[in-house]
Parts: sequence; structure tokens; C-alpha cells
Amino acid sequence: MCSPCHRRHGREICSGVRDSRPMTTSSARLDDADTVTLVQAVDAALEAELAADPRVVLLGEDIGRMGGVFRATAGLEARFGETRVIDTPACEAGFVGVAVGMCLAGLRPVVELQFDSFSYPAFEQIVCHLARYSWRTAGTAGMPAVLRVPYGGGTHAPELHSDSPEALFCHVPGLVVVTPSSPSDAYSMLRWAIRHPDPVIFMEPKRLYRSIRGTLLGDTDPEGLLRARVIRPGTGVTIISYGPSVPTCLEAADVLGEQGVSAEILDLRALWPLDEEAILASVRRTRRCVVVHEAARSCGIGAEVAAIVAQHAMFSLDGPVIRVAGLDVPFPMFMLEDLYLPNAGQIVVAVEEALR
Amino acid sequence: MDRLRLWKMMVQLRAYDERATLLQRQGRIGAYPTFWGEEAIQAATVLAVRDTDWLFLSYRQNAVPVLRGLPPEQAWAYFRGDPHSFFDPSQFGCAPQCVPLSTHLPHAVGWAVGRRLQGGDEVAVAFFGDGASSEGDAHEAMNLASVFRAPVVFLCTNNQWAISTPFSRQAAVDRLSARAAGYGMPGVTVDGYDPLAVLGAVAEAVERARRGGGPSLVEAWCYRIGPHATADDPSLYRGEEETALWRQREPIGRFEQLLVGDGLLSPQEVDAEHERASGAMRAAGHRLDSMPPPTGEEMTAHVLAVPPAPWPGNLLRRS
Repeated sequence: MCSPCHRRHGREICSGVRDSRPMTTSSARLDDADTVTLVQAVDAALEAELAADPRVVLLGEDIGRMGGVFRATAGLEARFGETRVIDTPACEAGFVGVAVGMCLAGLRPVVELQFDSFSYPAFEQIVCHLARYSWRTAGTAGMPAVLRVPYGGGTHAPELHSDSPEALFCHVPGLVVVTPSSPSDAYSMLRWAIRHPDPVIFMEPKRLYRSIRGTLLGDTDPEGLLRARVIRPGTGVTIISYGPSVPTCLEAADVLGEQGVSAEILDLRALWPLDEEAILASVRRTRRCVVVHEAARSCGIGAEVAAIVAQHAMFSLDGPVIRVAGLDVPFPMFMLEDLYLPNAGQIVVAVEEALR
Repeated sequence: MDRLRLWKMMVQLRAYDERATLLQRQGRIGAYPTFWGEEAIQAATVLAVRDTDWLFLSYRQNAVPVLRGLPPEQAWAYFRGDPHSFFDPSQFGCAPQCVPLSTHLPHAVGWAVGRRLQGGDEVAVAFFGDGASSEGDAHEAMNLASVFRAPVVFLCTNNQWAISTPFSRQAAVDRLSARAAGYGMPGVTVDGYDPLAVLGAVAEAVERARRGGGPSLVEAWCYRIGPHATADDPSLYRGEEETALWRQREPIGRFEQLLVGDGLLSPQEVDAEHERASGAMRAAGHRLDSMPPPTGEEMTAHVLAVPPAPWPGNLLRRS
């Protein structure tokens, strides 16, 4: 039983109260590099890129002295100063616009949008400027900016702090949208994103910030970071997912394994562009496909994956493509979020349907 | 200060604007947002800054890059829907014209902060209008600039009309410069038809910004004598008498009276310069007509610096 919220949720963090564990504020936190949390990996990636490139600056609300509401920038202002780790007023449109201007001045800004829904005030800047600048300057003024967006539910957060807006960004030509599902990917992919010349929406699964640990490998294959990755090989069904839903899929795969079903888990990692080759290779091998995400079902990533499979692997399929997704409702008040979020049992049922 | 140079730039802008309206009437470009009467504000501002300072423009300043060397036909290509109009901002120190209202103002702040961070002493000037002043991004940008003490001059062309919406319906203050106090920056209103007044006010604000004194708001008070754009019909919402009154105050004739009176120009030289500028723009119109139409590949290029491969969604359909 979780003492602050008096419910059973099995999560490490309950946002019903503040995370009271001590926050490390220097790079010493990485001495134990074998077991870093995802949020520490983000912090470490930012630190590494700030140190590597004087053009990198951070912008956002409460990211300086406080280290961000999730502590993803802990210790960075102390090390790099307030001219490079810049606390902004509460104005998402304004400071995403500032990032656009900084790109014009030759900087590489990394913006923290405090929560998923806080990206909405900046939507016009993202759609009308960030995504279009390269195109409307004939490629002469690129936008090497990163917008970090902690997203998703499952943390008992207040209303409008649990959205999954990734498909909104994927529908805007000119943006790259990626999301890690592990600390090592968070570290490698964020470092890659900061070095990438195009604007990257870096979606951070906040439910996983402290619930999983991993190592910082420092992946050196930049092309590979836009590739999907088979994180568990299997033969009987392909479960395609990303970000916060990946551990849930792994849980489902364990259950399926006990039932004698060998499930392959494909972590997309890049939501735009989608790795069609990896999707099709896996589905052609297993001949079954289930897509899992917690964003609303309609017009989501699952629909795009299903369309790719339908166009190119129709005759490899032995069953329908099934989506396990959030509901077409506003993200619920958190007493109901467990009903909203896909769980392992539902994924198992969907796999059974795909196998029928 | 070279008053003759200022005047010639204003004449160039007038010739550009009148030729653009003609090009639209002849079907050679699409809808065009005229700035007839706002030449003093634009020319004086370009003279008040250094070449290394950047200008952040709305669509009504579409000719400002021409003052910095962009060929007029390339600027007009934008209004015939042609991506050949796209240019390198760093070549002219001008951000491309912003179509949404006021969303380029935060860009000016970011650019200015970014240059300062890299040791530069450049200043950004952001043009916007009375309509744009009501948008949230204008507020956010001015607040941000002041908090960051960014070297930015916010230059509001208050022409009193946002399409059909009069200034009295746009704001409940007499002067938009009054808002500067709320952002903690100096604000001033000047006669936008007086190039010397604009030059003085912008130069002072630019100088303050450059020496670390932070941003300013300059409101250039004028009147939109023309329509919002060529597709607009002002007779639907305002009387001709008021417009006629303001037309008498337009900046170029007034400035010429001063320059002739001071013996810097003769009436013949005035006529000759207008003729010369008009002829140059006529020739630019011919060059526009002979620019090849854009290709489909120019539509699909440059969406990303690193396009994915394959990218089926970016391929032209077969026919």
C-alpha cells in the first residue's frame, strides 16, 4: 500500500507526494555508472553535451538552481552557470521561440517543457517556426534544437500532467520525434539529438524516470539511434511499442512465454521517422503484429504502424494487426488511470486475438 | 546622418510597393500586403542599426531585405507563391517575414541573447503591428527580453488598423508605448511619418541596447492608408475622409518639402529620383516574369537537413 495515496500501484514514485529521496547535485552521482536511473541518464547526457560543445544551452522553467521538477538538470547550473543553464519565466511559447532565435544565432538550445501538456502553449512556435525554418530558408537556417518533453501517465499526477502528445508532433513535417525506454538509450539518444542538425522532440517517459535502472554505454552509432531495436527476440508474434509502454510489453512477454508463446518486442525508439524496415522484417518473421501505446488510439502511432504493415506485409500476416492503446478520452483523473493505461494482461489478450 | 540616403531608401520602398500592387492587379503575383506610407519607419530603422544587427520582420516589412541587398524580384517571388523567394537570413541580416502575428518577437530575443552569449554586441530589432501587439507571443517576448536584459528593440508600427479592427478595438490604452512600463523597459511613441523622429528614437534604443541597457519599445504612430492587403476592401469598414486626411501627411512628400527647403534637393532631382526608382522596379518586375517556375523538388527539399532514407512521404507522386 502506498502511504501517500493509499492505493496499490506498484510504482516506485507516487506523485501524490514529493519524491523525498536525496537528490545528487554533482557528477559524482555517476560514479556508480552501472545503475543509473533514466532521469540521471538524461542529466548525464546534458552534462556531457554542455561540456563538449559551448554552443549548447539549456532553457526551461525551474531548470537552474532547482535542477528541474524532475531533477533532470540537477547540478548543471552550478557547473555551467546561469548563462548556459537558463531559467525562464513561465512562458512556453516565448522560450521555445527564444530557442528558434538562438538557433539563428548559431547555438544549439535544449529546451525542457516541464510536462507533456506544457508543450501546447508552444505548439504554434513548434509548428509554424521550428519545423519550417529550414524549409523556408532553402536549407540555410537549420534548427538544431531539442525539445525535451516528459510525457505519459502512471505517476498519479494532477490533471494535464500525464498526456502523450507524440502523434501530434509526428504529424508535423520537419520534426524528428524520438523516445527512449531505458537509461542507456536515454543517454545515447539525447546526446545524439543534441548533435543532430534538425529539430528533435525528445519525449521522456516520466513513469520510467526512476523506476528502471541501466548503464550508460555511450552508443556511438548515430544512424542506429533512429532505428528500432528488437529488445527481446521471439518467433510467434511481434509486439511493437515505445517509451513508457515497453516495460509493460516485456511483462506481457513473460506471461506469454509461460503460455508457450514466443513474443518479439520491437522498441521503435524513433516515432518519426518510423523504422519501416525493422517493423516489416519482424512482422514478416513472426506473421503477427500487436502495437502498444498509451496515447489515444485514434490516429496514433499504432495506426501508422498498421498502415505500413498492411501496405507492405499484408500477405505475410496470419492475423489482424491489433492495437492496444489508451482510450479516446482526455487522460483521466488519476484514480482511473490504471483503467486507461494498457497493462500486461490486456496485451496478452490482444496477442491471443492476433494469434486466433 | 545622410538625409538624402534616407530619402532615397524611402523612394525605393515606395516604388517597390506601388510596383507590387501593380503586379498583383496584373495577375503576376498573388495577394500582397501593401505598406504604402510606412516607408519612413522601415528606411529609418535600417539606417539606425549596423549591418551586423538583425531585423525580425512581419509580412508588412517584406521589402526591408531589399534595402539590404535582396533583389526585389526575389522578394516578390514570395507573393507569387514561389519558393525561389527563400533566402539565407545571415546574408541580409533579416529573418524571413513572419506570417503569424508576433511569433517572431521571441526569435529576436533568442537571437540577441545568443549573440551576446557568444561575445557579440549586436542588437535585434523586431517589427510588429498594433494587431500583433494583442497576441500572447508579443507579451512573452517583451517580458523575456526585459528579464534577460536582451539587446532588442521592439518596434511597433501602429497604423491603427488590423484588417477591419480599429486600434480602439485592439487596445484600451491610448498609446501602446505605455505598456513598456509594465515590462520594465523604456517606451516612446513617435510620429511614424517623420523619418527623422523614427531614426532618432530607434537609434537611441539601439544604442541603449548595445551598451547593455536592455530592451526598449518604440511605437511609430501612423495610419494604414492602403488596404490590409490587395484582397481587402476598406470601404466596408471605414470612411474615405479619414484616410484622405492621413494621405496628406504621408512621409515622402513631407520629407521632400524639408529637403528642398533646406536646399539639399531640387524639385527636378525629386522627380528624377522617383522616375529612376520606378524604372528600376519595372525592370525587376520583368526579371520576376522571367524567373523559371519552381519544380516539385524545390517543394520537397530542405524539410530536414538529414532526410530519412527511404522517405516515401516526401516523394512526388507518379503520374
